[in-house]
Amino acid sequence: MDLNFTKEELSFRDEVRDFFAKNVPAETKRKLTEGRKLEKDDIVNWQRILNKKGWAVYQWPKQYGGTGWTPVQKYIFLEELQRAPAPDPLPFAVSMVGPVIYTFGNEEQKKHFLPRIANLDDWWCQGFSEPGAGSDLAGLSTKAVREGDHWVINGQKTWTTLAQYADWIFVLARTDPKAKKQEGISFILCDMKTPGITVRPIQLIDGGKEVNEVFFDNVKVPYENLVGQENRGWDYAKFLLGNERTGIARVGISKERIRRLKELASLEVSGGKPMMEDPRFRAKISQVEIELKALEMTQMRVVAAEGTRRDNKPDPASSILKIKGSEIQQNITDLLMEVVGPFALPFTDEDETAGSNELPIAPDYAGPLAPIYFNYRKVSIYGGSNEIQKNIIAKAILGL
Amino acid sequence: MDFEFSEEQQLLKDSIEGLLGDKYDFESRKKFLVSSGGWSREIWKQYAELGLLGLPFSEEHGGIDGGPVETMIVMSAIGNALALEPYLPTVVLAGGLIRRFGTEVQKNKYLPQIAEGKITGAFAYTERQSRYDLFDVKTAAKASGSGFTLDGQKSVVLNGDQADFIIVTARVSGGQRDKDGLGLFIVDAKANGISRRGYRTIDGLAAAEVELSGVNVDADQVIGKPGAAYPLIEQIADDGIAALCGEAVGVLSALTEATTDYLRTRKQFGVNIGSFQVLQHRNVEMLIASEQAKSMAMLATMMVNEPDAVQRRKTMSAAKTQIGRSAQFVGEQAIQLHGGIGMTMELKAGHWFKRATAIDIQFGDADYHLEQFGNMGGFEAAAQR
Repeated sequence: MDLNFTKEELSFRDEVRDFFAKNVPAETKRKLTEGRKLEKDDIVNWQRILNKKGWAVYQWPKQYGGTGWTPVQKYIFLEELQRAPAPDPLPFAVSMVGPVIYTFGNEEQKKHFLPRIANLDDWWCQGFSEPGAGSDLAGLSTKAVREGDHWVINGQKTWTTLAQYADWIFVLARTDPKAKKQEGISFILCDMKTPGITVRPIQLIDGGKEVNEVFFDNVKVPYENLVGQENRGWDYAKFLLGNERTGIARVGISKERIRRLKELASLEVSGGKPMMEDPRFRAKISQVEIELKALEMTQMRVVAAEGTRRDNKPDPASSILKIKGSEIQQNITDLLMEVVGPFALPFTDEDETAGSNELPIAPDYAGPLAPIYFNYRKVSIYGGSNEIQKNIIAKAILGL
Repeated sequence: MDFEFSEEQQLLKDSIEGLLGDKYDFESRKKFLVSSGGWSREIWKQYAELGLLGLPFSEEHGGIDGGPVETMIVMSAIGNALALEPYLPTVVLAGGLIRRFGTEVQKNKYLPQIAEGKITGAFAYTERQSRYDLFDVKTAAKASGSGFTLDGQKSVVLNGDQADFIIVTARVSGGQRDKDGLGLFIVDAKANGISRRGYRTIDGLAAAEVELSGVNVDADQVIGKPGAAYPLIEQIADDGIAALCGEAVGVLSALTEATTDYLRTRKQFGVNIGSFQVLQHRNVEMLIASEQAKSMAMLATMMVNEPDAVQRRKTMSAAKTQIGRSAQFVGEQAIQLHGGIGMTMELKAGHWFKRATAIDIQFGDADYHLEQFGNMGGFEAAAQR
């Protein structure tokens, strides 16, 4: 047992850290540190910087443009990326549809889409959830009917993150209404410019509009946009959701947020002393830091075990990472809001104030903190809610 | 980065688990518990035969040169079996102080005898007022002749009732709460001026109040430099914490598993109660708490020999906090999910719960270490503007 990184791993870490220090655009870094929204261009530009370096799709197999890194190297890369801080490569493209295409897609799909995903030439969004199909995703009712060499899609998707930027959407649609609910679903790629698609933004409790409803009204999609086999889409979706859970602990981001929290807690004053010297508040920070360290070690155990696993299935322990990681992220957003006291109250709508010359209500760092607290309630809901994760652990690990 | 055991470590694990599996079933444990002394001298001999009692000692002192991982393996098995023998006070604490900081004469005198199972030891560091502060010491060590005379009272000394020798913290100089001025003294438990009042702790282990009244200690029985022992005391407390973390892993995983087994077999309303989602989720939360504790136990194990005392202490405080929180949650939930039967002495679950509770208290509970961790600045530094 040796929990230290090897000399090679440490020099790899330094290389990655140095690259991020020199190449993350200052404006993007500032927005992430302050908790402000990224524009489409921030994300596209950054992913292209990564792609030029050959790191945009680092976790893919080498033949499709990946790096061939070990699980430990991938872990180090993601930690350093989040620590920088730098944006994640677009997850809907890089971690979701990309792996489905290279694992189950045909040669033409691989040749066309994979390089475009790596360079973010196409922005992808995820057409999974529906108003009637959330945790019970297999209960979806969007239909795709084959007519000649086309599919005709009708139905509605929801919670579609950043669909307003999207060029393509990957859709789970029912293609065999008579089959058992998991067995009649197909995985179809759809150009967002196709007539009949309407995107309507949904405003969330933080005031932002990052998710959307997407309506399909007789949308005609070429038959060859089907991925893999007809009616096997549920298998591909499960594969994709397994990928979604790795890296979901977001330890690096939480570490960066704790450093920010301590910075603000040394600036804000309570009872004539910095908040950092308030024993009650400091105990709260200490508690979350300790839980984060434990999570980091748990994640390293999962990563180390990955290196020796024979099968290709995601470790059920990754469900633990999702649950604990989301709880910790939420806890930190709560403390970040608490640290500014009454200045958590003034609400600034970023969409309205963008480009405005007006001075922010002091202190300038307080504005985004309450909205982030509200926004982060999502992390225990998306990607399979924490309750669903507990069902998975109860079944897969405990055998209940 | 590697979380696997080496072949030798796996062999060690198999051998102690084999011994305890054969000889330390719950019914045998009940017999040891009510025997005089409250633990098994027979099993102690077998630990010696397996080399466990000299595990961390060097070969020239009768040991097998094991490191912290080996100690974690043994402690985890002890936690799982709820073994009652004074392994922690003898091998890890008293033996550990001599192994790390003793003179060659002291090592030759004590370590081979410990390794052979001939003597046991105790470490007396708690006083009525000290709570968890290792430096808060009233017991006085006055220079007399070439040695010292000890006067004072030590509390909740694990294995203090039966130990053949006791290592005592005492104040050579300074005020009651000064970190400077402390010494470590090896005293023969039968020396003139020592009186011991033995009792059982809540988890069934044996301890004692130890009174020292004009106890003479020769100069060659002093560990380290008199007056400068505090860093040594901190180090051995960290050894104790790391070992307790390892033991907690055995206790908490056993509690979680026992609860899962119970949920699978207990029927109410015509079904296994494990089919109820509210109980499934609670059991999952126990698993998460237990795994988080295990992760921190591994970290504590790897950091226990860290020479940078601040980094080491910080990590130990973090680990002890996590272990304490997890122990309380897993212990309480295990009893709750077992229902009425969990309340009985008949079931092992309640005994694991009591040991988990004691582990939280020993060397400082979760709240104490949470505060220590904060005082040392935590792991992450504030971002710079």
